[in-house]
Amino acid sequence: MAMHAVHKILAAAAGKEQVFPGEIITAKVDLVGINDVYQIVMKSFEEMAGEKVWNPNKVYIFLDHNAPASDLKVAEAHKLFREFAQEQGCHLIDINEGIGHNLLPEWGLAKPGSLIVITDSHTPIHGAYGTFAAGLGATDIAAVLIDGSTWLKVPEIINIRLNGKLQDNVMAKDAALYVLGQLGTEFGTYKVIEFSGPVVEALSMEERTVLTVMATEMGAKSTYIKPDKTTIDDVEKHTSEPFIVHETDPDFVYEKEYEFDLTELKPQVAVPHSVDNARNAEEVAGIPINQVFIGSCTGGKLTDIAAAAQVLAGKKIPSSMRLVVTMATKQIVAEAIEQGYYKILLDAGATITSPGCGACSGLLGGIIAGKERCVSTANRNFPGRMGGSLEAEVYLASPLTAAATAVNGTLTCPGRNGLEE
Amino acid sequence: MIISGKVVVYNHDNISTDQIIPGPYAYIKDMKEMAEHCLEGADRTLRDRFRTVGNIFVAGSNFGCGSSREYAVIVLKESGVQAVVIKSAARIWYRNSVNLGLPVIFCKTLPDTIKEGEEIEIDFTAGTIREAATGIVHQGEGPSEFVMDMYKAGGIKPLMRQRMREKKQAEK
Repeated sequence: MAMHAVHKILAAAAGKEQVFPGEIITAKVDLVGINDVYQIVMKSFEEMAGEKVWNPNKVYIFLDHNAPASDLKVAEAHKLFREFAQEQGCHLIDINEGIGHNLLPEWGLAKPGSLIVITDSHTPIHGAYGTFAAGLGATDIAAVLIDGSTWLKVPEIINIRLNGKLQDNVMAKDAALYVLGQLGTEFGTYKVIEFSGPVVEALSMEERTVLTVMATEMGAKSTYIKPDKTTIDDVEKHTSEPFIVHETDPDFVYEKEYEFDLTELKPQVAVPHSVDNARNAEEVAGIPINQVFIGSCTGGKLTDIAAAAQVLAGKKIPSSMRLVVTMATKQIVAEAIEQGYYKILLDAGATITSPGCGACSGLLGGIIAGKERCVSTANRNFPGRMGGSLEAEVYLASPLTAAATAVNGTLTCPGRNGLEE
Repeated sequence: MIISGKVVVYNHDNISTDQIIPGPYAYIKDMKEMAEHCLEGADRTLRDRFRTVGNIFVAGSNFGCGSSREYAVIVLKESGVQAVVIKSAARIWYRNSVNLGLPVIFCKTLPDTIKEGEEIEIDFTAGTIREAATGIVHQGEGPSEFVMDMYKAGGIKPLMRQRMREKKQAEK
């Protein structure tokens, strides 16, 4: 039977020649991550009679969701994580580093052919690197800590082919929101979503990860983008460790295939309270906005900061607006300083927080009040997402749209040259 | 496996884990205390209704979408929910429910017609739900054999403990 590259990754991890969609396999894991929301991992580990993690060098604890600790409960959780890491000898990525999802590629740990599981729903982001990566719950992860493997149902594969060429004011985020608007939030449940086509091939690695991270909101278990020269060059820049690129057999049959031409695509905004409420930004332009958030694994990368700086150069945000910028990693902060983006943002009136997940998860760093509206480059606009108020509204957009909105104080569609018109 | 009881109905789609247990509560260590906020982002009365009305929860499609937080299963269990009838589930939430042994059955029809407080009988093996008052039987989708085994074991924790014991004995 013809196999997809993802099925070959899973077969290798299960020590099998072949795997079939629907089959339940026990797969060996190459890297396991835990984030700071889930101290329950350690409790479950104890409850399952875990003593030593199977391979401390493959275990990463990321203190990224609520960093630096915002209150006593969080501080206590962080302390427990540090003690656990010390005792087990596993990697503890402390509050100064940034978001785990963005650190893995920087460290050459997201690479073709490997299998990653993390206690985080946005783990499918790493499919951009040809990795099989899935989010798991805390107890699931505790079981992986014990024996280095997990049960997986072999998924069907859906192919989304993106044809044409994106306009200058359109980014991968707009493409992702458009696909969500067309196909909804459930079409990919339990499936692997592959992104392919000329639009994807032309994207940088950072931009490709926007498609794969947003696939979480399409229900995906994992994602895949066929590794090409862009992928290989990027991975080899960050690691000298070997990796395997599996090829999809030419006669492989996808469960479903969708095709979109994005040449005429305009900047998109997902209006409250669902990720698939996609609209052309120009249709919702003019809505008064209280805060713009530029950050998260989805929208706090160097590309996003550069895009925002391009719009904000020489501009000042109005007094009715708060612009909160949370860069994804320490290295991005350093680059933003070197490239001059940091100063542009500061001069424009931005509040720049320390790297991490920040306001995206609604835990700290830019929570919004009831009846306030926020335009966010992050990935979710569910009720209560940014701090708990069910009356708060989150609008998802690209960093270009977010920055143009920050300049005007109202929802703004960026112009064709990337700047507001 | 058969579970019967009265239903609490919240027939909405896309109930996210942010609504089942809002993020800021995720650092509460005591699960009973956390469960006091169960479904707070959807309808604050639901938690009480699990005490006063019934212990089978009925909701719509894509239940548990969003974050991977396992707490979104734990708080339901802690609130006394014995079984869940939904049109469909988000993947990680469903997987967590399997690992923690909270029985779930998928049914496209029952959530649209059943009324709060009515009694139902779920046959997980047959994948059917019978309304006690009318005798109407809904065909749903019950758990796979693998999942059923997990329910019978009481979730992944007892299974792992068993595996650890066997490993230790083998080492001896």
